Amino acid sequence: MTDVVTPPVRTPSSPGSRTGGRRKVLGRHPIGSLFALPYMVFVALIFAYPLVFACYIAFHDYFFTAPGVEMERPFVGLANFIDVLTDPQVLESFRNTAVFLVINVPLTAVAALVLASALNAGIRWAAAFRVAFYVPYLTASVSLVGVWMLLFSSGGLVNSVLGPLAPEPSWLVNSALAMPSIALYVTWKQLGFYILLYLAALQNIPAELHESAATDGASALQRFRHVTIPGVRNATTLVLILAIITGANLFTEPYLLTNGGGPDGASLTPVLLIYQKGIQQQNPDTAAAMGMILVIIVGLLSLTANRLTREK
Amino acid sequence: MKFTKTAALLGATTLMLASCSGGGEESGGDGGGAATGTGPIEIWLSNNEAEIAWGEAVVEAWNAENPDAQVTAQEIPAGSSSEEAITAAITAGTAPCLVYNIATAAVSGWVQQGGLVDLNTFEDGASYITERGGESTTAYQSEGSYYQLPWKSNPVMVMYNKDLFEQAGLDPENPEMSTHADFLDGARQIVDSGVESAIWPSPTNEFYQPWFDFYPLYLAETGGTQLVEDGAATFDSDAGTAVADFWSTIYTEGLAPQEAATDDAMVAGTTAMQLAGPWAIAAYDGNIDVGFMPVPTSGGSEEVVTFADSKNISMFTACENQATAWEFLKFSTSVDSDGQLLEATGQMPMRTDLAGTFPDYFEANPMYAAFADQTERVADVPSIPNSVEAWQVFRESYSSAVIFGNTTVDEFLSGAAQEINGLVG
Repeated sequence: MTDVVTPPVRTPSSPGSRTGGRRKVLGRHPIGSLFALPYMVFVALIFAYPLVFACYIAFHDYFFTAPGVEMERPFVGLANFIDVLTDPQVLESFRNTAVFLVINVPLTAVAALVLASALNAGIRWAAAFRVAFYVPYLTASVSLVGVWMLLFSSGGLVNSVLGPLAPEPSWLVNSALAMPSIALYVTWKQLGFYILLYLAALQNIPAELHESAATDGASALQRFRHVTIPGVRNATTLVLILAIITGANLFTEPYLLTNGGGPDGASLTPVLLIYQKGIQQQNPDTAAAMGMILVIIVGLLSLTANRLTREK
Repeated sequence: MKFTKTAALLGATTLMLASCSGGGEESGGDGGGAATGTGPIEIWLSNNEAEIAWGEAVVEAWNAENPDAQVTAQEIPAGSSSEEAITAAITAGTAPCLVYNIATAAVSGWVQQGGLVDLNTFEDGASYITERGGESTTAYQSEGSYYQLPWKSNPVMVMYNKDLFEQAGLDPENPEMSTHADFLDGARQIVDSGVESAIWPSPTNEFYQPWFDFYPLYLAETGGTQLVEDGAATFDSDAGTAVADFWSTIYTEGLAPQEAATDDAMVAGTTAMQLAGPWAIAAYDGNIDVGFMPVPTSGGSEEVVTFADSKNISMFTACENQATAWEFLKFSTSVDSDGQLLEATGQMPMRTDLAGTFPDYFEANPMYAAFADQTERVADVPSIPNSVEAWQVFRESYSSAVIFGNTTVDEFLSGAAQEINGLVG
């Protein structure tokens, strides 16, 4: 009698098996990973590599040289970070950004939600309004900045309308008003995009919820507070995080609108300083350290926004 | 949880990389036999239309005579400034052989990067430069060597609208504004006559803006003392105070706006004066009747030193055929080529006895003669380490005190001098 040896059945998902390990890495359909590969390479080259390289630069005394030129780039520990954090100009740029975020982020979220709700309620000319709100977002910053400079310069249209009520010095050269002016500009420019996010979220709220609340006698304001706001909670989280990230990366507007962060540094931003230090002044090490600090701060703010708006 | 994992992974990678000290060195050299290499070369020209036309004509003339060493010219790649495009090209190893738009302030950084060829290494390098430009060219040396050939200058003078001067009751042919006090009186008269501003230098924060307000007047006041000499800032002095007070008065009394112009203020008639070089003549020609006068000093003088605003030529270590590049450099800065440059652009080649070398041109173009005369008395920015950073520090302190009045002139002068000493020392 011959013994029949039945080989153990190896299920593809058995832990520790080679197939299981491969599946863990490539997923259930490896062909899908193949399609994702070009994007993964793109992310690795364009985002991950520069990020890691920036971390390396931030911890070294680094200077860009021509190929073939030998130069010592010693490890300096936290020296670049200390330089950055003790530089009054850097601290001023973070303060300016805080002013910007305090104005821009809540204003963006509130205005976008209110306008999106109005557009979603089926007001007349809704399509025209949607386009009108979205056009500034699509238009190049440089051209819009030109228009704002003409509007808000001392001899501009806004001051002509305000007459004796116009601020002196004028908006963009006034230390107290420069950053709020930029915050208003950016809010206006970006609003169309955030309205679009809220519109998508609003359309996911079942109409029955509004109907039953109305049947129970809830007013429009109560429905907005108890149905609409909780219904778009996830969109609000996204809007807040995107607004924080965009605001923290502010560059074009102060560069063009207030001519490099003026007046007297009142609209200087961290990214503008990174550009000055890293590109113009050839100090990539301090610029990289500043960039890392900015990434950490933005990460913490985004995490806070996420926690505050997350469903309990 | 996911965030924590990602952060931990990123942190570990960072620390791993950070713990590797040194590194970054690469092997190789400047191309081995590049210094004696001959063959085709590439050059970059500025984005100025007239200069491009000149450059193309010179290249065409060279190429006709040198079939084995053809030159290809193109504009400096787009960027927010030429300096940034050149810095990036040096780092990437894609710089051309020659660039015809070098600002002196950027040279020290590029030398440190190892991006520029020391022109003294050519047998006739130093002698050619000094014979063409005179002994004053030594001011353009970095670390005792020529890393740039002083090519052309645009002496900064006061350019004014004669019609607006007449309207204000000033004599357009002889405004008599050579002293600070007279200049301020004239400026007040202009604003009182209804012109929006008497003079309109850009009040913006870029590091190079002092070259068109404070620095020309400081050079005039001191007879040519550069911002930094012998490793120390020079402007915390009576001369610096006089010039800073002058500009402070201009802004305090509203004789110049604190915001940037949204158009060409001279052409638009919103200002009566501008500090500019000869390149501006073409822009105003036909639009307004312009006059020129030297920048003012506290005591008043007709023969003052002013800012050269030079643009020079450098050779880059990425160049594989440096011998050809050097020959072309000499060809493009010869008397003939310089004459063509003057004709095409109105910019002043930096060579000895400019007016005597091109008498026909200045006779035919009398508006440019004043600038040719001024080229005998110019000074440039100093060749110092951290040059751009030093000028940025200067500009920010100046803006705070002089343009916006948030600090005092004394605080600006002493604070900026102290900070700049730390950068260049």
